[in-house]
Amino acid sequence: MGYKAKFRVWRGEGGDGKLEDFTVEVNEGEVVLDVIHRLQATQAPDLAVRWNCKAGKCGSCSMEINGKPRLGCMTRMSTFEESDTITVTPMRTFPVIKDLVCDVSFNYQKAREIPSFTPPSDVRPGEYRMQQIDVERSQEFRKCIECFMCNNVCHVIRDHEENKTNFAGPRFLMRIAELDMHPYDVADRKDAAQEEHGLGYCNITKCCTEVCPEHIKITDNALIPMKERVVDRKYDPLVWLGNKIFRR
Amino acid sequence: MTQTTAESPARKQRAQLKVRTLRTDRWWLAPALTFAGLMAFLIYGFWATFDASYFVDPYIAPFSSPCLATSCPEGARFLGLAPFGDWYGLPPGLLILGLPAGFRVTCYYYRKSYYRSFWLSPPACAVAEPHKKYTGETRLPLIIQNVHRYFFYGAIVIGAILTYDAILALIHKPGGLGTWILLVNAGLIVAYTLSCHSCRHITAGRLNHFSKHPLRYRAWTFISKLNAKHQQLAWASMFSVMIADFYVRLVAKGVITFPYA
Repeated sequence: MGYKAKFRVWRGEGGDGKLEDFTVEVNEGEVVLDVIHRLQATQAPDLAVRWNCKAGKCGSCSMEINGKPRLGCMTRMSTFEESDTITVTPMRTFPVIKDLVCDVSFNYQKAREIPSFTPPSDVRPGEYRMQQIDVERSQEFRKCIECFMCNNVCHVIRDHEENKTNFAGPRFLMRIAELDMHPYDVADRKDAAQEEHGLGYCNITKCCTEVCPEHIKITDNALIPMKERVVDRKYDPLVWLGNKIFRR
Repeated sequence: MTQTTAESPARKQRAQLKVRTLRTDRWWLAPALTFAGLMAFLIYGFWATFDASYFVDPYIAPFSSPCLATSCPEGARFLGLAPFGDWYGLPPGLLILGLPAGFRVTCYYYRKSYYRSFWLSPPACAVAEPHKKYTGETRLPLIIQNVHRYFFYGAIVIGAILTYDAILALIHKPGGLGTWILLVNAGLIVAYTLSCHSCRHITAGRLNHFSKHPLRYRAWTFISKLNAKHQQLAWASMFSVMIADFYVRLVAKGVITFPYA
């Protein structure tokens, strides 16, 4: 059975804008993105919204629904009461281009700052031999769809714009962890993680894990293990001594 | 380079929502409960540290074990030892409190819980924090959190001693309710300690070739399963140690007197 839902949607260009009220038809089985599309088709033809797969796999329709970072295409309308007013805003950490569409180039800039996979010089492509147990930890991180909701929700940059220069965000610290755990990667990533990409800013409050639509355990499986690896390198005198004695 | 201060043009390009959060759920409930739980533990711990009724044969209260001071009753002394001389006049619990306290304070789970509930950094996801500046764990004093693994080593010793205490109680008073409370507590403390992220790293997390270290990989797999329950074990062991400690003190004070106490 359909009903009329009350929506408040952010409209505006750049930082200027306001929440506008709409009443939109909702049908059984629909998700928030469906309703946004109906709003676009019937009442606000110039409403800007980024979307693509409608299946939770492209990471395009990241937005904030009732203040929580969510994928529009994966948020069922049945999770709300018919009497609820649903507020839809763009991601709060990134500059707004128009309406619900953000400029997420911060993330691509951070991605470029991380050196790519670096195999040993004496191993050529096609010669890599790895066992499944050696790579399955990293494979969890490959599920990332780059919706950037983890970077959006992380208070280090969400609440402190000035930290954007020094902090790569959970998505890219996870990328560093993925490469550091790779059995064939020889690049030194521990010092860089701490000094250049701001791992020390993370205070492990786990919001990145809470919002991840792929349910990647970002904090427990990537950020904390990476912090422990940095401790090995920088803060643990016993490991340092062991490495010296055994020339590891 | 782009200017990125709090009031920079870049900041003003974000949606200028003037509210702290648009969340409509009870986001404040979890940090409020956490605050209450941790405060209860702190207040109880402070009281227990200075309470003198910590031993009644064969039970010793976990907050005061191992008892290493000369002032400890004969039966309470760990392995009969009293390495601290007569000069030490403070409560014996103070001698060892630093290890379990340091382990919990620097624990990755507790860090999350008190950063959220005490320091409001952030109080909940997508709720703005009240602080103007944030440097995280990049400088003193919070950079000291990196010593967590050393407190883990200490916590292993404490867990072993609490297990020893519980086994002694089992030998001397197998039918006592206190024995079983101490045994459950020791089990939860050991499980919480082993589920630690540093333990997971030390077993094999630091390796890149699990296949070359099959035994360490198996240990890591086991610890990883425990680690997934680290939060639950943190709370369970925190309450169990309070309950066990309080129970022993009530028996020692003569408040609980039934035959199988």
